[in-house]
Amino acid sequence: MKITELAGTGICVEGNDIDTDRIIPARFMKEITFANMGRYAFYDQRFDERGAAKPHPFNDPRFQGASLLIVNKNFGCGSSREHAPQALMRSGIRAVLGESFAEIFAGNCTAMGVPTVTASESEIADLMAAVRQTPALGLRLSLADRTLSYHTKRVPVCLSDVVRRAFLEGTWDSTSLMLANLDQVRRTAGRLAYLNRFSQ
Amino acid sequence: MAGRNLFQKVWESHAVAQLPTGQTQLLIGLHLVHEVTSPQAFDMLREQGLAVAFPGRTYATVDHIVPTDARTRPFADGQAEEMMSALERNAREFGIAFFGLGDGRQGIVHVIGPETGLTQPGMTIACGDSHTSTHGAFGSLAFGVGTSQIKDVLATQCLAMTPLKVRRIEVTGALPRGVYSKDVILAIIRKLGVNGGIGYAYEYGGPCVERMTMEERMSICNMSIEGGARIGYVNPDETTFNYIRGREYSPSGAAFDRAVAFWTSVASDRDAAYDDGVELDASEIEPHVTWGITPGQAVGITERVPDPARLPEAERATAAQALKHMGLEAGARLEGLPIDVAFIGSCTNSRLSDLREAASVVKGRHVAPSVRALVVPGSERVKRAAEAEGLDRIFTNAGFEWRGAGCSMCLGMNPDKLKGRELCASSSNRNFIGRQGSPQGRTILMSPVMVAAAAIEGKLADARKYVV
Repeated sequence: MKITELAGTGICVEGNDIDTDRIIPARFMKEITFANMGRYAFYDQRFDERGAAKPHPFNDPRFQGASLLIVNKNFGCGSSREHAPQALMRSGIRAVLGESFAEIFAGNCTAMGVPTVTASESEIADLMAAVRQTPALGLRLSLADRTLSYHTKRVPVCLSDVVRRAFLEGTWDSTSLMLANLDQVRRTAGRLAYLNRFSQ
Repeated sequence: MAGRNLFQKVWESHAVAQLPTGQTQLLIGLHLVHEVTSPQAFDMLREQGLAVAFPGRTYATVDHIVPTDARTRPFADGQAEEMMSALERNAREFGIAFFGLGDGRQGIVHVIGPETGLTQPGMTIACGDSHTSTHGAFGSLAFGVGTSQIKDVLATQCLAMTPLKVRRIEVTGALPRGVYSKDVILAIIRKLGVNGGIGYAYEYGGPCVERMTMEERMSICNMSIEGGARIGYVNPDETTFNYIRGREYSPSGAAFDRAVAFWTSVASDRDAAYDDGVELDASEIEPHVTWGITPGQAVGITERVPDPARLPEAERATAAQALKHMGLEAGARLEGLPIDVAFIGSCTNSRLSDLREAASVVKGRHVAPSVRALVVPGSERVKRAAEAEGLDRIFTNAGFEWRGAGCSMCLGMNPDKLKGRELCASSSNRNFIGRQGSPQGRTILMSPVMVAAAAIEGKLADARKYVV
């Protein structure tokens, strides 16, 4: 599937270094499928010990239906759990915009077809303010142009050439691309003595 | 022309093809699997009608959800039982070696890879767990992946990757008495930041690292990811080769000599070029403790909790949130802070040398009455070896619980959890909010010896006074 452009409303989760334990606490990872993960996104930030809702953007009716998540620095640090981006995707998130992302988290998002793109600190601050002021504000993320548009603004965003190309050409699911090269895989493996226990 | 570093050599020898996206299709020499992040990947294979391409290169074990006390089946926790059964079924169906409970080789995946001899220099190693960087201690490129990438490795034995830059971290000087490799890595993360390693592999070297044992090197590489670096490694040397010799999956006889020649060849050249370099003097490092909610929020035990207002602007909001969560005030002393729980374990510090050092502090003393203390060996093998030396009795005589192998209280996925706002002195790797299973729970990271000292005194203590 090609992904060139995403349009929708935004939701902001503010703060640097938001780790994947906060995005989804480990106790919810005991299910053997991702099916229910959407229920658990930011669970301990959203609910107290008795299960009563706390103030959080993901509990705020004004931001229901949002598809673009806006964050700050080093979002998704910590564990490699794909449960974290799965929880976000299954809550309706289709792309994440931030100042920076932890690498494994960003890689997991890409593998799921959820672009992570970065923008400057001041652009993110302006965007967060605009979304908070007008929750229904329409945002349009163009991977082709590397821009985010809202109101009359066009903000430059960054994503690597490799990842951009994978989305534009619909090759972000790398399994089939790599399966096509299985013969080359076997040749490379044949050159690595350790795969043959150094028998010669 | 400059020589090449280990990252470049290993990357190039495992590059299969250039993908149309511009990524490299990288062959993965060793794939390790555990119960939590793999069932969805096996389901994806079934849904897409795919086989496991190289079943002999994947090894599985259970660590995250296993209870560390009552280990009989079925587990009391139905979800844990279901997850365990799923891995057993998947290993059987896809022909993958599985080290289950009681196999004798079960344990935390990053403990058993090295101790079985599976982990070797010059390999690429992937596992659905961010602490896979541990295996870099052997001079391999080892990194954590998500579940979709586990599916890629199972189906193709490859990953689509882009190369990282390499930062050389030179550790000079000697470790002072009572200071351990755990303190070195906490000091490195404090210095470079929790996101300083994004886009980099960390190469740890210098006289201090060269003198370290494999277990010490593993603790350092383990926490690379806490500094944002997906990969951390140490160049292989005699210490590495001596560790591997004679293990179940290591080559033997003439094959071992051929292996050593290959392992030697993958080390960074003397004139290798790096994208960045940092130097650190180990002799200036104190025993470290964290005060906040990221592993970079660490100070020496005699230092005080920093004032967020005096930190760089980008760190202030997280620091303020950290103090609120931890119930600490700027300027407070950490030494003397009462603790509720002491945990010695995790893929960072649950190996035999960790247990020996902690036991040497504990011997002849007793855990403070207010403290719940547990020791969780990293593997069945570590447990057996520790018991053969009588370490279990030293711990139990002192009032510690002595458990079976697993991830235990490092993360809240098994019965070992913090309750309420309990404060835990922990030899693990993450002090994130809620990490140890209670949303209000508080974690202070430190070396196993520091945990032992805190358990005895019932409060954070400078372990140097116990180390002769």
